[in-house]
Amino acid sequence: MEIPNVADKWTGGVNEITLGATRDKGGTREKTVTIGGAKSIPFMDFEGNPGHKPVVAMDVYDVPPEDWPETLSKPFADVMNDPAKWAKKCVEQYGADMICLKLDGIHPDKGDKSAEDAVKTVKSILAAVSVPLIIWGCEHDEKDNEVMPKVSQAAKGENCLMGIVSQNSYKTLTATCLADGHCIITMAPVDINIGKQVNILVSEMDFPLNRIVMFQSTGALGYGLEYTYSIQERERLAALTGDRMMSMPVICDVGHEAWRAKEAKSDDNEVPQWGPREERGPLWEAITAVSLLQSGVDIIRMNHPKAVAAVKKCINRLY
Amino acid sequence: MISIGERINGMFKDVREAIKNKDPKAVRELAIKQTDAGASFLDVNVGTAAADSIGAMKWLIEVIQDTVKTPIAIDSQKYDVVKAGLSVIKNEVLINSTKGDTEELDKYMNLSKDYNASLICLTMDKCGIPQDIERRMEIVMKIVEKAVELEFDLSKIYIDTVLFPINVDQKQPALMFEIFNQIKMISDPPPHRNVGLSNFSQGTKEKRLLARTFLTMGIPYGLDAAVMDVLDKDLMDAALTAEIIMNQHVYSDSYLTACRK
Repeated sequence: MEIPNVADKWTGGVNEITLGATRDKGGTREKTVTIGGAKSIPFMDFEGNPGHKPVVAMDVYDVPPEDWPETLSKPFADVMNDPAKWAKKCVEQYGADMICLKLDGIHPDKGDKSAEDAVKTVKSILAAVSVPLIIWGCEHDEKDNEVMPKVSQAAKGENCLMGIVSQNSYKTLTATCLADGHCIITMAPVDINIGKQVNILVSEMDFPLNRIVMFQSTGALGYGLEYTYSIQERERLAALTGDRMMSMPVICDVGHEAWRAKEAKSDDNEVPQWGPREERGPLWEAITAVSLLQSGVDIIRMNHPKAVAAVKKCINRLY
Repeated sequence: MISIGERINGMFKDVREAIKNKDPKAVRELAIKQTDAGASFLDVNVGTAAADSIGAMKWLIEVIQDTVKTPIAIDSQKYDVVKAGLSVIKNEVLINSTKGDTEELDKYMNLSKDYNASLICLTMDKCGIPQDIERRMEIVMKIVEKAVELEFDLSKIYIDTVLFPINVDQKQPALMFEIFNQIKMISDPPPHRNVGLSNFSQGTKEKRLLARTFLTMGIPYGLDAAVMDVLDKDLMDAALTAEIIMNQHVYSDSYLTACRK
């Protein structure tokens, strides 16, 4: 008996975005990263072009994170006070495709650093590494709206990915990114309807759809991964069936979320039955990342070098 | 909803005058307006007034293609007029239409394949329009079988179930819903389900309300294409809203705006 061909036919696809700009395009990057382009659901390449490989962006903070467990901070102990060196280590030693600079230190409750400080940090990282940059605000709308335009201006022409904008606060950063030639991250808190709405709002300001990356906020393994998964899966299916307002590549914040889990960060003596934390933590992060990859993710923000290596290996084997 | 904009038709005075005077202005305007309103295809029908149907069809298509990139539906019952239209086609194209007789299907499907065109097939044949579901489904089967035989992509077939005007035969429209349902399950992928919506409410006093209500009732049963007045904003909004209710698109507060962009 002939086996029927059950492959689905897709009429749409995920937008393709190139991040970073080389000298001939007005920036100073030596490498650019192209994401998106999928015309099939992940790992089903017999249904269509699987698009570009997902990439790993490693997090670098402008101030040393206070809540990181020792397992996580150890590989970065020598560079945590210097974001530029930290970024360099991530790229040169750990193979980060991109750097995600998280400007936690500008938050009014976490140091309240000034826009000038943030600009200095951005410039030092741009000088230290040649990969494209994601610049992520502190998620305090008022402070972000004060600092991010200056940061954007400082990185003008570099075609960074700037975030985040939400339904309630999107005008300032959207206008800034439009003026300075950056791409933008639209955020919705695990809500596909709001996700679509933010994309519409941003596009109504004439921001091109093919410069938007979507962020649904991320749930780690055991902490809501399945909610993120099902929304991202639905977003991908909407993109493949031609919904232009849902056709953007997707970014996940895996590192930060996975390392908040007690399963990742608890000391060995607290829970000896869970196995050594040196393995457990990176595994928690890697499993969260690999699981979410199946739903359709284009950029994964990650932290631990061991988890990064495992996830990159997995991506390279599957794509 | 695959909306086939009906306005470029020689039955309308402005188009008839345009054809007669070879004045492209009105045609261009209608092409742009219907495209902006979200038309998936622009139907092109020379009407009955043109002395030279072939010349008029070619001229209309050339004017439209010179103005917009919107796909075109060549609407004529005459094979040579359709063929003439195809000879100048550059945009994506749909042929509107053929009857369900074997020899007609053969002829039109082969022609469509030559031009990579989609094709509207009517559920009627030389015996006329069947009055019951069973006979109509027999014709649908014949269309699908012929498509399979000729390796014609079924997703490029539009079955037009020949919707009667409500004031001609009130029993007929209600049968359509069951027919859409059955066509949806006939193959994978199934052919599209199409109706001529304005024809349905023609000559009635509540033309727009009837069209809008039929469309929103048909969508849950699988109606997914219509030759219709795309400039009727209420009709377009109602269609999209029905599709949102049927979970065919992701809802967002600005779904109407997003769709009109």
